[in-house]
Amino acid sequence: MNIHEYQAKEIFRQYGVPVPRGQVAFTVEEAVDAARNLGGSIWVVKAQIHAGGRGLGGGVKLAKSLDEVREWANKILGMTLVTHQTGPEGKVVHKVYIEEGADIQKEYYLGMLLDRALEMPVMMASTEGGMEIEKVAEETPEKIVKVHIDPAIGFQGFHGRQLAFGLGLAKEEVGPFIKFAQALYKVYMDKDAEMIEINPLIKTGDGKFLALDAKMGFDDSALGRHPDIVEMRDLSEEEPTEVEAKEHGLSYIKLDGNVGCMVNGAGLAMATMDIIKHEGGEPANFLDVGGGANPETVAKGFEIILKDPNVKAIFVNIFGGIVRCDRVANGILEATKITDVNVPVIVRLDGTNADEAAEILKNAGIKNIISATDLADGAKKAVEAAK
Amino acid sequence: MSILVNKDTKVIVQGFTGKEGTFHASQCIEYGTKIVGGVTPGKGGQEHLGQPVFNTVKEAVEATGATVSMIFVPPAFVADAVMEAADAGIELAVIITEGAPVKDMMYAKAYATKKGMNTIGPNCPGIITAEECKIGIMPGFIFKKGPVGLISKSGTLTYEASNQVVKEGLGITTAVGIGGDPIIGLSYKQLLPMFEADPETEAIVMIGEIGGDLEIQAAAYIKENISKPVVAFIAGQTAPKGKRMGHAGAIISGGSGTAAEKMAALEAAGVKVVVSPADIGKAVKEVMGK
Repeated sequence: MNIHEYQAKEIFRQYGVPVPRGQVAFTVEEAVDAARNLGGSIWVVKAQIHAGGRGLGGGVKLAKSLDEVREWANKILGMTLVTHQTGPEGKVVHKVYIEEGADIQKEYYLGMLLDRALEMPVMMASTEGGMEIEKVAEETPEKIVKVHIDPAIGFQGFHGRQLAFGLGLAKEEVGPFIKFAQALYKVYMDKDAEMIEINPLIKTGDGKFLALDAKMGFDDSALGRHPDIVEMRDLSEEEPTEVEAKEHGLSYIKLDGNVGCMVNGAGLAMATMDIIKHEGGEPANFLDVGGGANPETVAKGFEIILKDPNVKAIFVNIFGGIVRCDRVANGILEATKITDVNVPVIVRLDGTNADEAAEILKNAGIKNIISATDLADGAKKAVEAAK
Repeated sequence: MSILVNKDTKVIVQGFTGKEGTFHASQCIEYGTKIVGGVTPGKGGQEHLGQPVFNTVKEAVEATGATVSMIFVPPAFVADAVMEAADAGIELAVIITEGAPVKDMMYAKAYATKKGMNTIGPNCPGIITAEECKIGIMPGFIFKKGPVGLISKSGTLTYEASNQVVKEGLGITTAVGIGGDPIIGLSYKQLLPMFEADPETEAIVMIGEIGGDLEIQAAAYIKENISKPVVAFIAGQTAPKGKRMGHAGAIISGGSGTAAEKMAALEAAGVKVVVSPADIGKAVKEVMGK
């Protein structure tokens, strides 16, 4: 789960990670009030969406008067912001963050995530602040300093020194930087973060470090113990069909093709997309119905897949283990009664009670249900039917 | 022969009397697995599925001599359960539970490693030595005995692969579902040498997916150390970047962890990589020269 910049900064503040003062606003008036409350003579109006590259897309603007705050808030609120992370359709901006201007002397990058190979968190810093870190990693990897932090010992001074001196900080800057990094580590661990990215982290004219931007993602499996984080969830930032699917115990991701897929198990669901492509088609979605493929979930699956007007055929690929195929077959029949399935459905059921399932489908005699003998046969028939 | 578990392996179940634990433990017993007891705190002294229930893993191990634990406790208690097993001298913990927090697994695995306990999972179907011992939730009948070792991140794809191998007239020595979480226990790199050393295993199938670099590590290991033929399939060739594909660990982040790079690394290591998941069985037969 991801949160907005203003929410991440709220968490930072609780942990003593320095951030500029700021206030979130949902309307133009609120934006102007926020700027007035903050005081000063320079503000930044920042679009709040869950995607990077907002500045380049025109979602971050400097205002030198309250009138300019009004002007920019008016422009940004309601705009469709397109960045390299939003996809071409962009995202509508529903709120802006009004922040006091900062005296930027130098920009850095600071990020944290799990190193899966070493099974411990890694903190990464770079002098190339404001740049995309993936790009820096590719083009000038020597400009990224990494330290791995064994949770058994936590964030120690030496971790901080390795980063600070690696960034070439001056002697008097090392202390404040270590304090900053230490607090960030605590945020990461306490909140079960999956990743934190501060880009840029800035050094101000008076030698302080401030998180000018903040991006945070959380481990979904740990949300149960973080009701405060769950409250920060912004459903308008998530794909509505994906949210709906999740509510029904389905895992759905929309893709661009025309062959809908309904599969049990994430690995087999990915493999099903792959074989459709291999047979010359394009998958329309990823859909894992999970372990309990009953009539209701199967019906919901059809309904969600068919919300996508591109879908011309659906490939149901179930390998029954604990799930019995005959129950799935009945589920499919039930589903066709609940939901109007108006495209060919190619059904491949294998594993537990597969023969009984085949019999059930055959006897039902529904004209747009096509049986397949195995994975390859099913994929071929589905691709053919979608043409 | 086989790897890790066989007909003599003594197994306890943590979360024995719960709904999932009960259902799957009884299926395992039916398959022939030596389930010698279970642990449910507060229910010690009772009997369940004809086996004794203990309050702690320590008591269970002392009374039964079990070396393996199958874990079905709810996600929030997984780390505790794994650490308890490690502390009690269990040699292998098979963690079936889905949705354990990553941070918990980081601590639990570090402790297990310190105590010399192997883990499989979490969020996995478990391990099965065909026709001898099933520790997990897979449908046993798909796994016929034969000469092929199987390592997979995905549950249903494990069944699919085994089914194909069996349809080719071959079968399975041991199949291990390693799970698709960001932090997992035994992985390809630790399991490959076990299959290499197992005289009954003649070929190895490895099924991977997008995310992380375990398959890349495996490729480097295979190149130097594995003489038996290996067939691989990587799921998620068509997966978009930055989207989590069902499994917590199945995500292409920052352009790395793609199927393409894993397939290339494995191919360069001499592995027979199949593009279509329908070709796994055929490829195994081919590399075995049968």
